Formats: sequence, C-alpha cells, structure tokens
Amino acid sequence: MIPAGFEYHRPTDVASAVAILGRHGDEARVLAGGHSLIPMMKLRMAAPAHLVDLRGIAELGRIEIGDDAVVIGAMVAQHDLIAHEGLAQALPIIREAALQIADPQVRSMGTIGGNLANGDPGNDMPGLMQCLDARFALVGPGGEREVAAREFYESAYFTAREDDEILTRVIVPRPPAGAGWAYEKIKRKIGDYATAAAAVMLGEGFASVAMTNLADTPVWCEAAGRALAAGDVEGCVAAMLEAIDPAEDNRGPVAFKKHAAAAALRRAIARAQARRA
Amino acid sequence: MSKMHVKLKVNGRQVEGLAEPRMLLVHFLREELGITGPHIGCETSHCGACTVDMDGRSVKSCTVFVAQANGAEIVTVEGLTNPDGSLGVIQEKFREHHGLQCGFCTPGMITRAHRLLQENPNPTEEEVRFGIAGNLCRCTGYQNIVKAIMAAAAELNAAKEAAQ
Ligand SMILES: Cc1cc2nc3c(=O)[nH]c(=O)nc-3n(C[C@H](O)[C@H](O)[C@H](O)COP(=O)(O)OP(=O)(O)OC[C@H]3O[C@@H](n4cnc5c(N)ncnc54)[C@H](O)[C@@H]3O)c2cc1C
Ligand code: FES
Ligand code: FES
Repeated sequence: MIPAGFEYHRPTDVASAVAILGRHGDEARVLAGGHSLIPMMKLRMAAPAHLVDLRGIAELGRIEIGDDAVVIGAMVAQHDLIAHEGLAQALPIIREAALQIADPQVRSMGTIGGNLANGDPGNDMPGLMQCLDARFALVGPGGEREVAAREFYESAYFTAREDDEILTRVIVPRPPAGAGWAYEKIKRKIGDYATAAAAVMLGEGFASVAMTNLADTPVWCEAAGRALAAGDVEGCVAAMLEAIDPAEDNRGPVAFKKHAAAAALRRAIARAQARRA
Repeated sequence: MSKMHVKLKVNGRQVEGLAEPRMLLVHFLREELGITGPHIGCETSHCGACTVDMDGRSVKSCTVFVAQANGAEIVTVEGLTNPDGSLGVIQEKFREHHGLQCGFCTPGMITRAHRLLQENPNPTEEEVRFGIAGNLCRCTGYQNIVKAIMAAAAELNAAKEAAQ
C-alpha cells in the first residue's frame, strides 16, 4: 500500500497553485485533505507525478457568513464545518450532513472542496449543495468563473472543472427565514458511504430535494421539489424514484436501493416539516 | 524521487529527517523515528490504530503524507504519559477498567480519547461512542473502553476543579 512517488508542492496563494497545475498539465493533481486521493494512490489507481497541496493557502480556509449567502473556502475541513457556530446558525443542515460523513479522524482532514471536486457519487456534500442551490467558484489560468452545483456533475468522477482549475469557494445562498431542513442518510454502519441519502429544504411555497449515491451523479429532482412545495409527499417520493438510477453493488440490489431512497426521503421530509417555523 | 527535508515536533521534541514526500506519516514515525505507538492495522483509513494528534486534531497517520505533516506538531500515545514516565490519566483508566485485551487498538483509542476529551471534557456515553467511531476494536466489544474514557473524563474534571 505504498503510493507511487511524486513531487510535492505547497504554494501559498491560488495564482501560484494554478501556475503549477498549468505547468505540469495532467501529470499534476490538487491535494486537499487527501482522504479520497491517498487511498486511490495507495491502490495505484491514481499516480500523479505532481501533487499541489492547498493547505498553505490561508484564504481557502475561511468561512464568511453574509446576509444573503455563506461563503466557504475549499480547504475548510468537515471538522470545521461542524464546529463553526455561525455556520450552524445560518445553515444548520451543513452540520447535520457533515456529522454523517465518515468518522472524526477523516473529518479532521477531509475538506468541503475535496468532497465537492472529487466527483464520487458516494460523497455527501454534492447532493446537499445541489439541494441548497450553491455555486462553486473555479479559478484557472483565464481567471475565475462560477458554476452551479446543479450543473457541475457530469458522471462519476467527471465534473465541469477543467484539470487546471481549482475550486476555491462554495457560495451558498441563505434559505428564507423559517425554512425546514434535514439531511437523512441510510448507511450500513457508521463511517460508511450512503446506501441512500436525502437532502430536503422546504418553506412557504418552495421545496428542494436532492439524493446521494443513487445514480452516477447526485440527483437534484425538480419535480420532487415541486410536488413537495404543493404539500404532496407521495407525489414527491414518486417523482424522486423516477429520477434516480441506482446500480446493484455491495450495498444491495436495485429494489432495495429504491426502498432505502424512499425511506430516507420520507424521514427527511418529516424532520424538515417538524423544523419548519 | 527526490527526498525532502522534514521538520516536525513529536511529543514535544523537535525532529528532522529526510523522506520521500510519499512516505506515510505512520511509516515516518515508526521506521525513521522509532516511535511505534501508532500501529498499522488496516492501512485503508478504517481502523484508527494509527491515530495520532496532528496540530490539535485526531488523524489517521496511515492516510497522511509526511509532506502534509511537515511543520506540524504531532502527539502519539508515547506523549501522553506523565512527565515522570508513569501512565497518564487516560492510560491508567484503560488499565483499571480493562479497556484492552490484545492491546492492538489501544494506542489509537487512547490518542483519540485524549483529543475527544479536549474537545468535549464532559461527554455523555453516546458522545464517547460517536467520538471513537473511527477506532475499531476486535476484542473488547467497546464496553470497557467507553467506561475507561468516562472514568478518565471524571478524574480529569475533578483534578481541574481541585486546581481552581
Ligand atoms: C474511511 C473513509 C470514509 C469516508 N466516508 C465518507 C462519507 O461517508 N461521505 C463522504 O462524503 N465522504 C466520505 N469519505 C471521503 C472524505 O470525505 C474525503 O475527505 C473527501 O471525499 C475528499 O476530500 P479531501 O479534502 O480529502 O480531498 P482529496 O482526497 O485531497 O481530493 C479528492 C479529489 O478532489 C480533487 N480536489 C480536492 N480539492 C480540490 C480543489 N479545491 N480544487 C480542485 N480539485 C480538488 C483532488 O485532486 C482529488 O482528485 C470517506 C473517506 C474515508 C477515508
Ligand atoms: S492503519 Fe490507519 S486507519 Fe487502519
Ligand atoms: S484490544 Fe484487541 S483490538 Fe482492541
């Protein structure tokens, strides 16, 4: 379980990091917490010749709570998402979801940016960010652009990010006051990836529903949100089941995944409704 | 691959060495520094036997490159004894409550318990269980580990009160 050798870089600003990525093309990879990348490298399923570690870039570690939006730096670890009181006030669903990721040690290292950029359908943050209609700031040689979370995921491990771009910030609009929220995850054991997970936000005349690990990308389901906004829970669950496309694997056959998806969504809806002010 | 100059503080002592960036922190501690408290159980980021404290956080040292740890402050189970070398409070409580059988998971458990009690000095039993969710034990069934950590919390809090 020894990864292939690589050259290590620890730039202290985003521009230098982008320049290093540009210089080495597809030989280079970004290293955030390393808790998806290092296991892949140990298995030699990834063997980048250059690793550009973002841990020396202070600006990527910030959380800003604005009146309209919360801005989270890519290198904010899951541990920090949980510990931040301002964030828990503004968007408590992020803490609820982060607490269901892996275990304390993994959360010490794993970052929000890594979780979002990775493109693994099992990651929990992408579905959550689609539910919240977040945007991702990407910085490349040509400058910065923003991509909506709902448009970022193309297929497993393929995203709208170019190889020479760095995901720097996650911009999450603040939900309307009094909105109900829940992140519900069904898993085989603590620390496991989701068998099925549901993110739900709802309030006066609106609702948003996104599902995790039930297709090769996260699934934000507009029709499910519309049904739920109209108070039709059964219609919401039915629309969600139409939208997902789970595959059989060691977490179970397709029929079981669908069953778990419906259970997760129903629980999330019930909890979100109970929390609605 | 070229080696890099690595500087770390381990259990309060400044250490330096040359290592390939790909070397995992657990290998650096065990093989270069002879600090064998952190164990290699699974090598796949699951078991927590390799847990150490890095800049005030519990991490699995089998999933950290020594390059990432460069400049950090590391504490291993060896660093949790009292200054005179006797067992620290958490270690002593593991002994007293039979919080171990084969002992393989113990350094990771104790290092994690140390950080957990810094983060939450007054945990409920449920919080202890959630807090050690990244540490597997194949022997004890966890009951006595949880008891040991609860007892350590009580003793550490009593000592803090007495000091005030
Ligand atoms: C035992 C275990 C259990 C886990 N369980 C879960 C779970 O239940 N749910 C879950 O969601 N995750 C889980 N994870 C994954 C964990 O949350 C990872 O930390 C996370 O997926 C990736 O974050 P990272 O910071 O470690 O990224 P890294 O591993 O460093 O990077 C992941 C990928 O993203 C790229 N990347 C990282 N940051 C950026 C950036 N800012 N810009 C551009 N590209 C970037 C890297 O090049 C790499 O390809 C688990 C991991 C382990 C080891
Ligand atoms: S050896 Fe590191 S988690 Fe098992
Ligand atoms: S005491 Fe044997 S693994 Fe925990």
